[in-house]
Amino acid sequence: MAELVIRNLHVNVEGVEILKGVNLTVPEGEFHAIMGPNGTGKSTLAYTLAGHPNYEVTQGEVQFKGVNILDLEPDQRSHLGLFLAFQYPVAVPGVTMANFLRTSLNSHRKALDESDKGVSLPEFRKMMKDKMNLLKMDPAFAGRYLNDGFSGGEKKRAEMLQMAVLQPEMVVLDETDSGLDIDALRIVSEGVNALRNPKMGGLIITHYQRILNYIKPDVVHVMMEGRIVSSGGPELALELEEKGYDWVREKFLQNSETA
Amino acid sequence: MAEQTSNNFLNEMDDYKYGFRDPENYLFKTGKGLNRRVVEQISSMKGEPQWMLDFRLKAFEHHLRRPVPTWGPDLSGLNLDDIYYYVKPTSGEEQSWDDVPESIKNTFNRLGIPEAEQKFLAGVGAQYESEMVYHNIQKHLQEQGVIFLSIEDGLRNYPDLFREHFGTVVPIEDNKFAAINSAAWSGGSFVYVPPNVKVEMPLQAYFRLNIAQMGQFERSLIIVDEGAQLHYVEGCTAPQYTTNSFHSGVIEIIVKRGARMRYTTIQNWSKNVYNLVTQRSVVHEDATMEWVDANMGSKVTMKYPSCYLVGKGAHGEILSMAFAGEGQLQDAGGKMLHLAPYTSSKTTSKSISKDGGRSSYRGMLKVQKGAMGVRSNVVCDALLLDPQSKTDTYPTIEIEEQDVSIGHEASVSKVGEDQLFYLMSRGLSAEDATTMVVSGFIEPLVKELPMEYAVEMNRLIHLQMEGSVG
Repeated sequence: MAELVIRNLHVNVEGVEILKGVNLTVPEGEFHAIMGPNGTGKSTLAYTLAGHPNYEVTQGEVQFKGVNILDLEPDQRSHLGLFLAFQYPVAVPGVTMANFLRTSLNSHRKALDESDKGVSLPEFRKMMKDKMNLLKMDPAFAGRYLNDGFSGGEKKRAEMLQMAVLQPEMVVLDETDSGLDIDALRIVSEGVNALRNPKMGGLIITHYQRILNYIKPDVVHVMMEGRIVSSGGPELALELEEKGYDWVREKFLQNSETA
Repeated sequence: MAEQTSNNFLNEMDDYKYGFRDPENYLFKTGKGLNRRVVEQISSMKGEPQWMLDFRLKAFEHHLRRPVPTWGPDLSGLNLDDIYYYVKPTSGEEQSWDDVPESIKNTFNRLGIPEAEQKFLAGVGAQYESEMVYHNIQKHLQEQGVIFLSIEDGLRNYPDLFREHFGTVVPIEDNKFAAINSAAWSGGSFVYVPPNVKVEMPLQAYFRLNIAQMGQFERSLIIVDEGAQLHYVEGCTAPQYTTNSFHSGVIEIIVKRGARMRYTTIQNWSKNVYNLVTQRSVVHEDATMEWVDANMGSKVTMKYPSCYLVGKGAHGEILSMAFAGEGQLQDAGGKMLHLAPYTSSKTTSKSISKDGGRSSYRGMLKVQKGAMGVRSNVVCDALLLDPQSKTDTYPTIEIEEQDVSIGHEASVSKVGEDQLFYLMSRGLSAEDATTMVVSGFIEPLVKELPMEYAVEMNRLIHLQMEGSVG
């Protein structure tokens, strides 16, 4: 089961505790949204799940497919089927999208089967063509250097292409909607939806509700001050959009004071 | 396709080894050290005319008076008296592949040369030890009037053409090591391309050191006549030794009016070699000279390919890459001398340092009085893979003219944690991720190489990166 289970997760960044006991379960195939004001630890959660070395887990556990992923390197987590779509994808000049994707696809195949010889060039070309068609991308994109000189929208679409090639079972979309105009947001969301399948779960991290108009979540969580403070259905997102975060804050602060 | 190079290194890197050597089997070897008698022996073994012996002796005398330069890398570990200056491997030069001795073929086989030859080579001049042992010129080259010979045969068969140009680009007095080379030179290529002849396939020569403490003093002379075009490629791999070795080549290139010349080097001497090379070109009116220079190996390299832009509208380019690993110092760069109006130049330097290696960019840009309308641009990028490694920039700029446009940029970057994390989050191991960043960094150079060299270059990068992480 491709279920993601986070229990009492505490994370320090440069000695400061950012996550203060996150509990969250995303069952296989479900999409959950995590909303919250800036600076509450949403992106910290995303980086921690992917295994960034600067994020120090001090307590708690994260299980994916029954494996404690906190013991794994970032590449091993990727091989297991976890995919983080970055808020700020990093440029690697001189490395083409095609070369990068083929290398990363081969690393996945090799992790599955040590004797795998890698994807053949014709097979890879055909796959790239199909995926880029699916995402309505210009084939010339494959020859460009990874995120080098890409516009905000192009970077996000490049992330979607990577996702399409690697076919993860759990995607973490870290503020994928940030910096996108409404057309780009629609295109990216349509991409995610086109890639969705019953085996793929997701965690949509966002500040705004609007992406959830395109990618429908099963559950919406609200994060504040390093904790999940409220969970509900899609209607919770609309409520947040309408009333802002203040009412949650009041409720949360009240709760924490009484606690 | 752009993806070809990196994909290939991933597939083919496993079986690539370069630390092998053949048993020593030589006909003649001088004693250690350079003296008048050794110089005379070399000249006599080669059956040279008197003028060449005089040239060698004059150079020998000059070398005695010339101190080892101290303005650059530390050369105190180089003992010039502890080196063999001439080794003759077989009795004569072979005309066809069938005549090449088996042991030498084995060496080439392990370097993958016959395959490369079938596919790409227009001609091969392969230098084994100090002498050309194999030389093959494709028929159509000969029909075009292109001369591609060992330097010894060039002197023997084309004495007038040879003497008119030899030593005119790099004079004996140029520097200590040019003087040593001029006294002890052996092996190398002589190339002449007649006016308006375009050599479409790159001409290639392979170099290999195969005896401990041997000095290799190859000397090449290349003349590209008016309106002609040539790409010459020189690639080196060398076995590993424990004692210091010394390589000091001299490359002289003359690019006449309206001609185009590119000289590509992949230098991968073993890590005990002092590689002190003088590469220079004289570029005439409206001609273009390009140096593509990749320095991977050696203990210390000092190499600054130069363009003397002597004709109006001449253009020079240098694309220089250096990789400095543990115990290595790569002191590379280039010289652009604008000696005529409306000349232009572009210098791009990329260096990578890891495991305490040091790389330096040392460049000279000169614009002579009267050379108006000059345009020149220099870009140096350095990549540091760890905190122990170092990079330096030593630019010298002398501008004696007002009406010029000069640009100079330098940057130092580190392989970022964020870059590695990003690549690893897509499944690449730490080592593969680092290699990918490095490969991308040198991509602007690699894509200028002929395909099989691009493949080899990526293999070398991969070898250099092996075991570098964790």
